[in-house]
Amino acid sequence: MQKIYTKIQSIVGNVVSVRATGVRNGDLALVGNSYANVIKLDDDLVYLQVFAGTQGVGTADPVKFLGRPMMVSYSEHLLGRVFTGSGVPKDNGPALTENMIPVGGPSVNPTRRVVPKKMIRTGIPMIDMFNTLVESQKLPIFSVSGEPYNELLARIAMQAEVDVIVLGGMGLKYDDYLFFRDTLEKSGAMGHTVMFIHTAADPTVECTLVPDLSLAVAERFALDGRRVLVLLTDMTNFADAQKETAITMEQVPSNRGYPGDLYSCLASRYEKAVDFDGLGSVTILSVTTMPGDDVTHPVPDNTGYITEGQYYLKGGRIEPFGSLSRLKQNVNGRTRSDHRALMDCMIKLYSAYKESLEKRSMGFLMTEWDEKLLRYGRLFEDGLMDLRVNISLEEALDLGWKILAECFEPNETGLKTNLMRERWPKPLSLG
Amino acid sequence: MDRITGSVTGVNGNLVSVRIEGSIRKNEVGYVLVDGKRLKGEVIRVGGGIADMQIYEMTNGIKVGDAAEFTGELMSVSLGPGLLTQIYDGLQNPLPELAEKCGYFLERGEYLDPIPDRDWEFTPAVKAGDTVRPGDTVGTVPEGLFSHHIMVPFGLADEDWTVVSAAPKGTYNVRKEIAVIRNGRGEEKSLTMVFTWPIKKPIACYAQRLRPDETLITKIRCIDTFLPVAKGGTFCVPGPFGAGKTVLQHMEAKNADVDIVIVAACGERAGEVVEILKEFPELIDPRTGRSLMERTVIICNTSSMPVAAREASVYTAVTLAEYYRQMGLSVLLLADSTSRWAQAMREMSGRLEEIPGEEAFPAYLESVIASFYERAGKVRLRDGRVASVTIGGTVSPAGGNFEEPVTQATLKVVGAFHGLSRERSDARKYPAIHPIDSWSKYGGIAEQTKVDAAREILRRSTEVGQMMKVVGEEGVSAEDYITYQKGELLDAAYLQQDSFDPVDAACEPERQLRVFGVLYEILTASYRLEDKSEIRMFFNRLRQQLLDWHTIPFKTEEFDRQEGAVRELFRTRACEQAV
Repeated sequence: MQKIYTKIQSIVGNVVSVRATGVRNGDLALVGNSYANVIKLDDDLVYLQVFAGTQGVGTADPVKFLGRPMMVSYSEHLLGRVFTGSGVPKDNGPALTENMIPVGGPSVNPTRRVVPKKMIRTGIPMIDMFNTLVESQKLPIFSVSGEPYNELLARIAMQAEVDVIVLGGMGLKYDDYLFFRDTLEKSGAMGHTVMFIHTAADPTVECTLVPDLSLAVAERFALDGRRVLVLLTDMTNFADAQKETAITMEQVPSNRGYPGDLYSCLASRYEKAVDFDGLGSVTILSVTTMPGDDVTHPVPDNTGYITEGQYYLKGGRIEPFGSLSRLKQNVNGRTRSDHRALMDCMIKLYSAYKESLEKRSMGFLMTEWDEKLLRYGRLFEDGLMDLRVNISLEEALDLGWKILAECFEPNETGLKTNLMRERWPKPLSLG
Repeated sequence: MDRITGSVTGVNGNLVSVRIEGSIRKNEVGYVLVDGKRLKGEVIRVGGGIADMQIYEMTNGIKVGDAAEFTGELMSVSLGPGLLTQIYDGLQNPLPELAEKCGYFLERGEYLDPIPDRDWEFTPAVKAGDTVRPGDTVGTVPEGLFSHHIMVPFGLADEDWTVVSAAPKGTYNVRKEIAVIRNGRGEEKSLTMVFTWPIKKPIACYAQRLRPDETLITKIRCIDTFLPVAKGGTFCVPGPFGAGKTVLQHMEAKNADVDIVIVAACGERAGEVVEILKEFPELIDPRTGRSLMERTVIICNTSSMPVAAREASVYTAVTLAEYYRQMGLSVLLLADSTSRWAQAMREMSGRLEEIPGEEAFPAYLESVIASFYERAGKVRLRDGRVASVTIGGTVSPAGGNFEEPVTQATLKVVGAFHGLSRERSDARKYPAIHPIDSWSKYGGIAEQTKVDAAREILRRSTEVGQMMKVVGEEGVSAEDYITYQKGELLDAAYLQQDSFDPVDAACEPERQLRVFGVLYEILTASYRLEDKSEIRMFFNRLRQQLLDWHTIPFKTEEFDRQEGAVRELFRTRACEQAV
């Protein structure tokens, strides 16, 4: 017989405290009708974070401890379903209670990880050619509000070959939720998709639970041999929800009000990306909006240190600078022999183009070299950077050589002579 | 001895308060018993009969009233043969063995013996009647490439001990008695090949600390020639994310001319450790012809592993480094990243409700960082051999801003600063070490005056580059433009290195000197060039020739031929040699 406590001692923010004994740290409880979890114990004083918020919670409301930590149901029945951040159905379907698994489990033993080496083709040259996405990678899209990041996320999800898609939405606008649902349904992908959705109108605490639920489910699918793609949008909202809780708990803030453990909080989620040897894999693609386009803001900054690169979405394009896929080295050595060298060379020249652009805007005389660069930059942006371009990696590489040969003499590229002999589209003259 | 026990009175994150009966020591190790598991922790504060412990595991499921027990020992590591090639977590748990026992995931409360239980071929170095002191060698066992010294435990009283008996040459289990020693008061100690040492205490059983004056070769041109590191010295590599800190450290781990490399992956990505795990066993150490893994120990406490153990992991790593130094070896410790370690301290400090300093880091941040780096050093052992521990730490400053507390505290105590810049990494320049902002207090392989002259040209070139941004290319003289091109050439054809090219990735010091010699001539010469596009063409061609030169194996005819080609091209436009 479970004991019910009816004397809540304090209600501060989303946290209530109650005197109770025999309660375990991290356990789940019911405060009134809302779920809550134990976040701190101090003698017989138990602090609970209420998922649905504490609005309207009375000091005489019943508190019932369930004697188990937060869990989520895992089965094939999840596919095609939509849940809230507490794991409650959002789609009028039945609640799932079978085969409950704990969330926020232990991390994978590093010695059991394998080096990721399967490329995920997206048909976007700025990804495939310059910053290849790799299975089991964790990669955020850095962006400012207003950029088409959810569209990009959806497009990658549609084109990537995966078995299961788990969408975790945090602080989503209701429109965005409908956009994802409709897009996935139209493309027929909804049948292998699970959604955990926290919309902007839902209680804050549920926002902090979305990644844990999504990743717990994704991990199990991967252990069952599925290749899973987890989409998390937007992780900045998740961090802001963490900040809210930390401040309520009177933790000393470290940087712009965020708690000192922001890095660990984000890392323990992102590190769930994994390739299980011989089984499935979890790939995480997330969105991190940068307040004020400031990459040094604590959320994108900490994220950048955790994830294996980032796509920097600006002006509707994936910027070559700032964008990086750390795992591309694992795969782009085996795509085509010229992939790496061409990629580096084109980026170096694009960087020089940016300098020339700056010079021109300041009204300087353009040298012959500057003119060449300007021409190159235009061709590069139209041919490869435009997000509408949808071509295979090989086509993109060929286009790259064509652009180079159109703009430069071979010795201006800094490429090795042997490689140019093999690939330069025009007769080679090294002057 | 009676075990001190207690019961849990509170849980706040990974901080657990325990009411104790009896006396305990600060920093002693204790366990909280939950669900039949023992969760390890360290006492970090004592007050009012309550001990606050930081638990090295997840604290879910702990409840008020749970039992705790204390060991009376400080947080220690086991030292003995078999450490090399191992992969440990921050508390010296062997991860491969843990994987065998628990599968894919790291189950909490599982602690395995870090020293492999096996037999070793023991050769005694002392006989009954000899006098030894802590740190002296009792005998040796062959561990891979090295002769592993079995030493008198460092923790014994620092006085003369007489050898009562020593095992004869033969094969013994690592935990079997191999010698008995007695001190002046008649206390006897039985020695095995294994003993423990508290990680936060430096090992100081050497005769004398020496100045670090020998260059540690990394085969990275930018470092060896311009920003050298000394054996026994310290260096730090701060940089924003994506600037290539970890890649640089991996290259150093591969190529550094030291006996042993200890990699401490502290709070960073698990994937990066996996790269080492898969790559190093396949790589051959050119010095020994054996697998690189045979000289490597990995301490791995990645970002999703418990935070408190992260704090311990750098100390575990440096203790192992000091242990091997004690055997007369040169050791390189690479810590990636010390910022994560500092953050772990900050997290703990916050839970203890200490008054925060800058950016909420604790006030003792600087002194802790300083005393960590001070554990590096070149020493003369009591038997005259010279050995060293070199520490290189990466720093991950928030927002890439070097003004933050961890970077500043680190810069105060290190001997070399390899600052990585976002601009250089965006422009795909590897290594992204900023050649002008960075500095080193150690001597390198090349002549200092020449290096200074080259740096001066680089500096002036950057100035001209800046000026051209304002006044345009047409606004600078041909002479300045040549200086600018010289600097660009030095950058592109010497400082940068192609880490994917099998030849260029590692550049031997001899080769560096040869190339630098030629480059120095190019940099100091004056040229018969007037027109800017002519200048640019000439330097572009020079760059092309030098880049091609870098990909040709050293000490081949082709290498010499290419040098000739470079010189010939250079002579077509050079005037008489300037000084």
